[in-house]
Amino acid sequence: MVSRSEYYDSQVRYADPTEGRAPLVLGDTSFHRITESVTQPIESPAPIGWFLFFFVALCGLGILGASVGYLFWEGVGIWGVNNPVGWGWAIVNFVFWVGIGHAGTLISAVLFLFRQKWRTSINRAAEAMTLFAVACALIFPGIHTGRVWMAYYMLPIPNQMLMWPQFRSPLIWDIFAVSIYGTVSLLFWYVGLIPDLATMRDRAKTKLRRILYGFFALGWRGSHRHWLNYERAYLLLAALATPLVLSVHSIVSFDFATSQLPGWHTTIFPPYFVAGAIFSGFAMVITLMVFTRVIFKLEHLITIRHFENMAKIILLTGSLVGYAYTMEFFIAWYSGNGYETFAFINRAFGPYYWAYWTMFSCNVFIPQIFWFKWARTNIVVLFIVSIFVNIGMWFERFVITVTSLHRDFLPSSWGYFVPTIWDVLTFVGSFGLFFTLYSLFVRFLPVVAIAEVKTVVPEADPHFHPKEDAGHSA
Amino acid sequence: MKWQKEEQQKWFGVLAEFDSTAELYHACEEVRDAGFRKWDAHTPFPVHGLEKAMGIPASKVPWIALVCGMTGAALGMLMQWWTSVVDYPLVISAKPLFSWQAFVPVTFELGVLFGAVGAIGGMLALNKLPMHYHPLFNSARFERVSDDKFFISIEAVDPQFDPEKTTAFLKKIGAKHTEMIEL
Repeated sequence: MVSRSEYYDSQVRYADPTEGRAPLVLGDTSFHRITESVTQPIESPAPIGWFLFFFVALCGLGILGASVGYLFWEGVGIWGVNNPVGWGWAIVNFVFWVGIGHAGTLISAVLFLFRQKWRTSINRAAEAMTLFAVACALIFPGIHTGRVWMAYYMLPIPNQMLMWPQFRSPLIWDIFAVSIYGTVSLLFWYVGLIPDLATMRDRAKTKLRRILYGFFALGWRGSHRHWLNYERAYLLLAALATPLVLSVHSIVSFDFATSQLPGWHTTIFPPYFVAGAIFSGFAMVITLMVFTRVIFKLEHLITIRHFENMAKIILLTGSLVGYAYTMEFFIAWYSGNGYETFAFINRAFGPYYWAYWTMFSCNVFIPQIFWFKWARTNIVVLFIVSIFVNIGMWFERFVITVTSLHRDFLPSSWGYFVPTIWDVLTFVGSFGLFFTLYSLFVRFLPVVAIAEVKTVVPEADPHFHPKEDAGHSA
Repeated sequence: MKWQKEEQQKWFGVLAEFDSTAELYHACEEVRDAGFRKWDAHTPFPVHGLEKAMGIPASKVPWIALVCGMTGAALGMLMQWWTSVVDYPLVISAKPLFSWQAFVPVTFELGVLFGAVGAIGGMLALNKLPMHYHPLFNSARFERVSDDKFFISIEAVDPQFDPEKTTAFLKKIGAKHTEMIEL
């Protein structure tokens, strides 16, 4: 493990001669060493910790299967939803998971376009996290409909009723946005994997591995004529995924914002949701990376500097979210609308005050610790704050959904939403699915983009010369 | 030995191995200047700027992606117009049947989807992938192309190719190892 002081020493010692910046990969940066350190964990037997983790995750997946099975058998009545709160944990969990699913594409696409080279060590795992989070998210709109065998109504498929979906509804936009986001994220992730799958194929010791990795590597042979098209396609995917990632959570927020309900009907929702999504996504990336890098001994590739950068993004987006919370109150007062004012005062001081202040503390107050460098570079602090942010962002969606619904225009229909055990188990189960997929990913695929990391070490530059005096002849 | 037509059909070409990106870059410039046409460089990661040393033009992938993306967006708007105006007209909130503003999100999303699929499909088609068999995979040394070694392959179909002269040329420009690759 590289300690903090060692890390700063190394920044001075190995300052990248081609860039004059601190190096992104610490220690021995030879290409072979990078290949070895990423592929070793996949090629050697899994550590016992992995089996324990996988077993717990599988149990969670079993819980998901059982609760969804019971839901299909019995109907949505097993959940706590009723009038007036008709949208309960299903939508909360959906928005929670989609939000987490934003960091992967943000790291891959937006940071790629801004030439933030530090992304290369974490983008693969973050993209995988995105995919699995979107998979978890897609469960909820699928199962919450009650008659799940009618789920195809949501898609424009010619049917016996001669009916088409209503394209003026944000809920239909959402189906397109989230499913296309999932598809494009999958493609992006897979395209990034192709060269690394070729590495796995070329290193394979068993025939089965050679065939399986070889099949998915598509016969990649590192040709520069191929790389040229490949890099161009990757850049285009990044350019397409960037507006996509912003549009997806904007459209998710339209589900709320286009309604007439006080507390939902605000124009601040799209940017506020996007900031919150990036915020929660980076928190989940930190949560996962803290363990991944230690279990698979990748500390020299996923360095403190990566965590520090992520902490800065968390500080920024957390403050944006805090601004949005405050601005909602200002607008509620400034609008002079009595219902709007009531909705927000009720949010902070009504029956769900505990949820509101949990959200506010976790998302706005606690991340402020990242103003300090010692906090941004301390793994324990990073991990604890990331957990708080995960909790806080779940509560944000709960607050938005439930507090706005439980006190509507007619006091006679007011109510208090309480989840049932099945709400809780379905949510816990979705973590089971997420961690099952993540543990399979870290076991069988390279967690770090091998080919990409090699491009950021100084030796990758054709104009790099190990000795300072060695001139360039061409 | 005279380089016969029959001989040419037995061989894929010659493969030369280099140790660093700098060596490969200079060698590529030499191969380009020697006038070879059917040749390629193979690297574990994209070596930026190597296309200049190789003298190959920019990628055409963006054009494919643009056409596909525009097609996707057009189809998206067309689908929404046809389902909401022609095949199943339904007045909602007294809005016009063709309320195009509401159709923008789906149009955009489908444009992105088709553009992304076009970029990847175009990349694979231009690269002629998937191609699970290739003569270069017969070389044991070539397995390190995905790890830490750099290669140049010159194909036998190149008009200038001659097994001995080309091998000697590659040695001269700094190849650490060369071998003939069978088809």
